[in-house]
Parts: sequence; structure tokens; C-alpha cells
Amino acid sequence: MTSRERLAARGVDGVTLLVLPAVALLVLLFVYPFLYGLFLSFRPKDGSLLGNYARFFDDPFFRDTIWVTMRLALPVTLLNLLLALPIALRVRHLRRQRLLITVLVLPITLGTVLVSEGMLNYFGPQGWFSRTLMLLGVISAPVKLVQSYTGVFLSLLITGFPFTFLLTLSYVTGIDPALEQAGATLGAGPARRFRHVLLPLLLPGLAITFCLSFVQAYSVLPSAVLVGDPSRATRVISIAAYQAAIEEYDYAMASTVALIMGATQLAVVGMALGLRGLLYRGPAGGAKG
Amino acid sequence: MRRTLIDRLWSTALWTLVGFFIVNLLALIGTVVVSSFATRWLRSWLPADWTLRWYAAAWNEFQLGDVLLTTFQVVLAVVALSAIFGVPAAYALARRDFPGKRLAMLLLLLPMLVPPVTYGIPLATVLYQTGLGGSMAGVILANLVPSIPFVVLVMIPFIEQIDPRIEAAARVFGAGTGRLFVHVLLPLLAPGVMAALLLVLVRTIAMFELTFLTAGPTSQTLVVALYYAVFASGVRAVQSIDAMAVIYMGVTLVWLLIALRFVNPTQLVGRSKRSG
Repeated sequence: MTSRERLAARGVDGVTLLVLPAVALLVLLFVYPFLYGLFLSFRPKDGSLLGNYARFFDDPFFRDTIWVTMRLALPVTLLNLLLALPIALRVRHLRRQRLLITVLVLPITLGTVLVSEGMLNYFGPQGWFSRTLMLLGVISAPVKLVQSYTGVFLSLLITGFPFTFLLTLSYVTGIDPALEQAGATLGAGPARRFRHVLLPLLLPGLAITFCLSFVQAYSVLPSAVLVGDPSRATRVISIAAYQAAIEEYDYAMASTVALIMGATQLAVVGMALGLRGLLYRGPAGGAKG
Repeated sequence: MRRTLIDRLWSTALWTLVGFFIVNLLALIGTVVVSSFATRWLRSWLPADWTLRWYAAAWNEFQLGDVLLTTFQVVLAVVALSAIFGVPAAYALARRDFPGKRLAMLLLLLPMLVPPVTYGIPLATVLYQTGLGGSMAGVILANLVPSIPFVVLVMIPFIEQIDPRIEAAARVFGAGTGRLFVHVLLPLLAPGVMAALLLVLVRTIAMFELTFLTAGPTSQTLVVALYYAVFASGVRAVQSIDAMAVIYMGVTLVWLLIALRFVNPTQLVGRSKRSG
């Protein structure tokens, strides 16, 4: 056998080489910057090895951003998931899902910047939201919902709920209805069918949905600035990273903050995936034969 | 099927919640549109009068002609380059089993799992040090990082469902690699490639973080220009910013509507789910 034939037997031939340009580009634009950022984070301005990390954890201005971000991202993600699950379980029986899905894709496609701009008008003191509540007699004076923690929370709900919902729906529709019907045949009511049939099948998917939604909420940037209180209550970790990079030109510190951001969010994702490992992960579709 | 009272109450509660969400969402978008046509809108349900002049104002104040041109150049370059890099890679990954395939797949998955801000900052650092930061080339390169993996992940299941025997048959009849590609693969792959590229297009128009971190004053896309306008609101009339927001919505929604004719809406959210 020539060396070429030997390679071909292992699956390496001309076609395999087509993967190389994409991989090379990603190594250059993704892996290399990451490693360079890691290297840079250990080369702070003061010359010590861990100076940047020490600065981050000593200075409450930096350290507190972790807590501020968690305090926003965790409750929003859990609320989105809690809302998305029962609604997805209803919607799966719906014939005309497409219109609903199209409406819900809107905020995701338009993005957080546009949603924030709309929120400034809509939830502002003279906006339609306050006006309607006053007309209905729910409140007597306009409520201030933007420029605060609530503003960012709402923005994460408006863009995050559709995202969570659509992911959940794709998992829910992946479950063979025959499995639930089998449960019904054996005399289980809706609550028991959910508890003993649907939930065990859904939990692994819900764990993935939680991770993806959490990562989105954790890296919130534009709405934390535009509809939040970016110097205090919603000074999230991405604002700290951005300010270090663009306003102070301290790329070493910016990389440090970005890496801490990655590590903290990975810790939560890792925990969720660890819990997922304890769950059943078999086929959710009906078995043939 | 008989429905109990509790079941009906539960169902009503859920649909009310969905309705409440959608009404607020549409009203939120509606406020921006109404405001962009308003002469003066203070302390009332609707503006005092209607006008189109904010569109002209926004066009001049924010140099929207230049911004739109930049946006289209960036988006087209990102779409073309992600096709050139992504489709061949997807073909290799779908058709061959080779040592290191899992590593290549991991490398392709990571940029979609790590949020843009986290890798965008080290990437922007590298780009600024090589002199590409702030330039249009830098913005395009940064946007390729999530786009290429996206194209690959959408295309792999699509390529897998094409029967390899069709390609083998073409070979038997004497087609070389070039003719095989042009006459067999290209027509078969075209719908999948188009779907993937439309999704990349919509996602790149709305991609804020990466463009924000790498763009300079002359390489801003529409969404970044909109951010700066909202950020510095108070300098300019609210209606003028809203007019710009409506133009942004128009650009995005046209492509969204085109995309929705060819793709499943849920594909905009994440990877393609089961094909077929």
C-alpha cells in the first residue's frame, strides 16, 4: 500500500482536506485570541504575574460585577424556563403554530438594541404601558421601569423568553405522543403523565435550554447600558470588560475580565450539565418494532 | 375528550399570559414606529400630528447612506466567506470519518456556545494589535467566527441526507470532480446552502457585540450606529432616533420575511434540529 492509500483507508483523502480552511481560520480567529488573552491576563501593567486577578478580586468595583450579573441572569433564566415549559406543552397541540412562532422570532431577530430603544418609549413615564395601567386604575402615578434593575430584567424577559420558548418547543415536539397516550391508557391523569412520562424525557433538553439561555443572559451588554443603571445596579461583568478595553485601553485587564466572565458562566453551565448527567438520556421518539 | 374545570382554567391562564406578552411586544415595536412619524408626542396617547421629516433628519444626522452601505458590504462579505469556508468543511465532516473529527467538531461548536462578548474582547485585542481593529476587514473577520460554525452545523444534516450513491453514479458515468460538483452536488445542495446563508445574513445584520467591539467610526453597521444614537440620546430628537430604528427594523424584517419562506423559524434561534 502506498502512504496515500493507507491514509485513504483511515478516511483521509482529498475530500477530508476541505475541512482544513475552516479549521485554520477558526484556530486563527478563535483559539489564538483566547490563548493570547490568557497570556495577556498574566502580564498586567504592574508587572506581577497575578496582578490583574488580584485587582479584580480586591476591587469591589470589579468583584461585585459577578454578583450583579448572577442576580440578573439566574432569576431571568429560571423564570423564562418556568414560563416556557407549560406554554410549549400547550402549543404543541396547536395546528397553526407558525404565526405564533413568527411573532416570537421578532424580538430575537431585531435584537436587544432595538428592544431597548422601544422600552425607553413604551415603559417610560409617558409611555403606553404606564398610561394603560393608570387608565385601568392599577396605579395612580406613572411607574418608572427603565434605568433600573427592572428595566434590564424586562429586556432579558422580552428577548430571552422567545429564545427559551422556541428551544423548549423543539424538545417538546420531539417526544412521541404515543408515549403519553400509553400513560393515559394505563389510567394516568394529566398531572401524573407530566410527572412520570414527559418530565423525565424533557429534563435533559431543559438542562441544555437552561445553559444556552443562561449564557445569553449572562453576557447581556447593550440593554444593561441603555435601559439599566450601568454605573451601579446593572453594572454587569461585560460592561466592566468593555470599559477596560475601550475606555482604558488596558487590554490585559479587559482580557482578564473576559476570562473571569467565561469561567464564572462556565461554572454555572458545568453545574447544570453535571446535574443533567444524573438523568435518563434515552430515546424520546417511539421505538420501531 | 372531556376537559375538567381545572384544565380549562390552566389553559386560559396560559393563553392570557401568551396574549399579554405578545400585546406588549407589538405595542413596544408600535411605539417606535408611531414616534418616528410624530411631530410632537408628549403627555398624550397619540402624537399631536404626523410628519415624515424625521426620516430625512435621521438620514442626514446619522449618515445613514454610508452606514447602510457599510452594513451591506460587511453582511455580503460575511455571507460569501462563510459559504466558501463553511460548505466544503460541512461536506468533509458529513461524508468522511477521519482521525481528529471530534476535535474539529468541538472547535466548530465552541464559538456557538461561548457568548460573543467573552471571545470578542481577546479577538478585538488581537485585531487592534495587527492593525485590523476598527477597519471593515476586522469587522468581517470577527463576524466570521460565529457564522462559519453556523453554516457547517446547518449544512451537515442536510448533506448527510443526500444519498452518496448519486455521487457514485455520476463517477461511474465518467464525471470528474469538477463536473460532479457543478452538475450533481451544487443543484442538490443549493436549497440547504441558501437556507443557511439567509440565516447567517439575518444574524449578521443583528449581530451587535462583535461588531461593536471591533468597529471603528467608519466601519459601524446599522445596529451599532443605532446603539450609539440611543446611548447619546438627548443630543438629538427622540423621533429622529426612532426613525433610524424603523429603518433598521425595515432592513431586518425584509430579510427575515424572505428567510422565513425557506427556513423553519426555530432555526434562527439555534442549530438546526433534526432534519426531516
